[in-house]
Amino acid sequence: MEDSVLKLKDFNAFFGENKVLKNINLDIEERKVWTILGPSGCGKTTLIRCINRMHEMTPGAHTSGQIFLKEKDIFGINPVLLRRKIGMVFQRPNPFPTMSIAHNVLAGYSLNGIKLSKNERNEIVETSLKDAALWDEVKDKLSQKGTFLSGGQQQRLCIARTLAMKPEVLLLDEATSALDPVSTAKIEELIFQLKNQYTILMVTHNMQQAARVSDKTAFLFLGELIEYNDTKEIFTNPRHKKTQDYITGRFG
Amino acid sequence: MADPQIKWRKIKNDLFKGLVVFLSLLATLPLLLILFYILRQGFSSINWSFLTNLPKPVGESGGGISNAIVGTLIIVGTAAVMAIPLGVLAGIYLNEQRNSKVARYCDLAIDVLQGIPSIVIGIIIYEWVVRTMGGFSAFSGSAALALMMLPFIAKTTQETLKLVPNHLKEASLALGVPYYKTVLKVIVPAGLSGILSGAILGIARVIGETAPLLFTAFGNPFMSTELSKPMSSLPLVIFNYATSPYEDWHQLAWGASLILILIVLTLNMITKFIESRWKIQF
Amino acid sequence: MNETLKLTDANWSKAISRKEKGFTITLWLVAISVIILVMAAFLTLLVQSIPSIKANGFSFIYGRMWNPITGEFGALPFLAGTLLTSFLALLIATPFSIAVALFLGEYYKKGMMSQLLKNMIDLLAAIPSVIYGFWGLFVLIPIVRKLQIALDIPPYGVGIFSASVILSIMIMPYAISLSRQVIQMMPSDLKEAAYALGATRFEVIRKVIFPHVLSGLFAGILLALGRALGETMAVTMLVGNTNALPDSIFAPGNTMASVIANEFTEATGAVYSAALVEIGLLLFVVVAIINLVGKRIIKHLAYT
Repeated sequence: MEDSVLKLKDFNAFFGENKVLKNINLDIEERKVWTILGPSGCGKTTLIRCINRMHEMTPGAHTSGQIFLKEKDIFGINPVLLRRKIGMVFQRPNPFPTMSIAHNVLAGYSLNGIKLSKNERNEIVETSLKDAALWDEVKDKLSQKGTFLSGGQQQRLCIARTLAMKPEVLLLDEATSALDPVSTAKIEELIFQLKNQYTILMVTHNMQQAARVSDKTAFLFLGELIEYNDTKEIFTNPRHKKTQDYITGRFG
Repeated sequence: MADPQIKWRKIKNDLFKGLVVFLSLLATLPLLLILFYILRQGFSSINWSFLTNLPKPVGESGGGISNAIVGTLIIVGTAAVMAIPLGVLAGIYLNEQRNSKVARYCDLAIDVLQGIPSIVIGIIIYEWVVRTMGGFSAFSGSAALALMMLPFIAKTTQETLKLVPNHLKEASLALGVPYYKTVLKVIVPAGLSGILSGAILGIARVIGETAPLLFTAFGNPFMSTELSKPMSSLPLVIFNYATSPYEDWHQLAWGASLILILIVLTLNMITKFIESRWKIQF
Repeated sequence: MNETLKLTDANWSKAISRKEKGFTITLWLVAISVIILVMAAFLTLLVQSIPSIKANGFSFIYGRMWNPITGEFGALPFLAGTLLTSFLALLIATPFSIAVALFLGEYYKKGMMSQLLKNMIDLLAAIPSVIYGFWGLFVLIPIVRKLQIALDIPPYGVGIFSASVILSIMIMPYAISLSRQVIQMMPSDLKEAAYALGATRFEVIRKVIFPHVLSGLFAGILLALGRALGETMAVTMLVGNTNALPDSIFAPGNTMASVIANEFTEATGAVYSAALVEIGLLLFVVVAIINLVGKRIIKHLAYT
């Protein structure tokens, strides 16, 4: 049994009266890539938005059950603090339009009013951009606005911005669905490298992507966790009929 | 195929277009006439002493409106200091809590406030401030103008922030930035050009207001910079001089009108500049 | 820095929560105080006009005599003056406003000409009321006087008619901006369908655009009316300030706003000043209702 970083226990999520996640139990191990797979509307985005407590920012949204980050109940942690430990990258690249590339990377520090020395700043910018495989493309234009980059570069900038906070878990919410195939390939490559340092939980409705990059896959259907297993098992030998129907394209 | 009916339809079409263009051009005529008169009459009365001297009694030449210029700056500046922070905060509230009951009533209150005729604003501030302070004062004038600016600034702030995409807010929150810092350091800066031009436009709108000053700031023929005393201002001077029977004073009023128009135009141009230059692409 | 913060750093978490709460409460307080401000404004007007309401009752609205010396306060001349000037101004402004709105919103949506026209209309809205009044006194009044001589009526110059003309110029930008908005909100597929059937532009405007935007145009005119009712300075300078029921549109009169402007600082006696406040209260209520109805219509249009 490997160390579990995230553990969901009897977890439910609601929008008002509407139950969108039903009794989820899940153990996520350290330094693995997990994919949450499922048809649109199955609650997969809600699931990861619960993990960094963004779900509760929506009016009327609430949850029940528990989620543990390294054995600590996340609902007992200040959400602001929690979100620094659990980074998130969104579907649409969202660099801050008023900031340069370098400032975007440092945004988590500057917006929080954390003072850094010039050396620290340079180091964080360089390592984060290198980790996000963007350094070579932008090192000569760090003071330009982040919004001038291409979509794929913007998304890697957003990853760098998240990595700069040195999170323990990285949540990717359909992070490549707005990108072209070349950019998607780059980000998938990046995920391979990042899993050496981070636990990654990604949401996608792209089955090929799930099969290519993840170690483990969980299949979510109408708010229920149908099954989870090694990715290879899920795709070659699914236990449930619903999983089989989905991966063979019978609905979706 | 010269169908007379089609021909008639075409003629009607052309006639209507002609009418629209003619009426549109005619609608600009008053503006041209007003600007023409103010420029012609105003320039001949503006010179250095006009800008630096105090008003002189009827019959003496060389009177100026320096006290009114200073007074306008003080009264409007004080109003801006009161109205801008409150208006911006109200606008932030309306945008952030847009589904709450308080926001709905606040929105309604702002709509009502925006509609209150300026002379009625004057009465309200007379009852609130002038009676309390025991006399006319520049401060009460500022309060009246602030009450007029407030809804405008709140509305423009709300409209501007509505355009700031939600994904920026989420990006900031997901980085572990507290909500209040997200609002102040991400959302507000993203809408800063709109908020700023709204504030300047708000100033431009009230700087020419006369009615709310009639029984608040009241006017003063002497130089005064004290907020607790009556104070002169450009619109008041224009009103008093324009309705006086003296030719000299009419000339002063034309000059004051030109200065006031120039200030208003400059402020309007600054907002256009800010809007075009600082527009943030999301 | 991140290493130094443990997940259970209670002091830090508390400090952050306190600031979050403080911020939320500040915003809430501001919103509440705006609501209170407006309610207080209404109550102030109401309370201050009680002496007049008690003394005059309903005769305030239909009484034709306004004589502070004998203590008679009938505001009918001012109500009539306000309604007459405002509706006359709307009558003059509406055709021009719709023409400009069509020019900007339908015929010439882009280009130098429409940009220029748009800026000029904006400028019209930026000119202070007192300058309109001043210009009216020295340029418009002599023209009206000539007209009156030609028509063989007493050449006062000042009066309901002059005030209405100036008022119509002043409210035009508001009517235009709203009418243009509703004309532009019109979905283009409806227009295209009509053009595809071979309709001329005039026919499209009359049979497709007008029916579709009619309620919006009505709202625009309503909001312009709201402006006109409360407009003070220019009207005060041009209306003639005669406290009598006007017997023709060229006669001098007085409006609700202008009587307040003229008499408020001179009003002696509790009932006299209360009567002026009561006029203010009436203006407040009428304009608020007109504005809310107009905005409701516009909001409704924007959502459908």
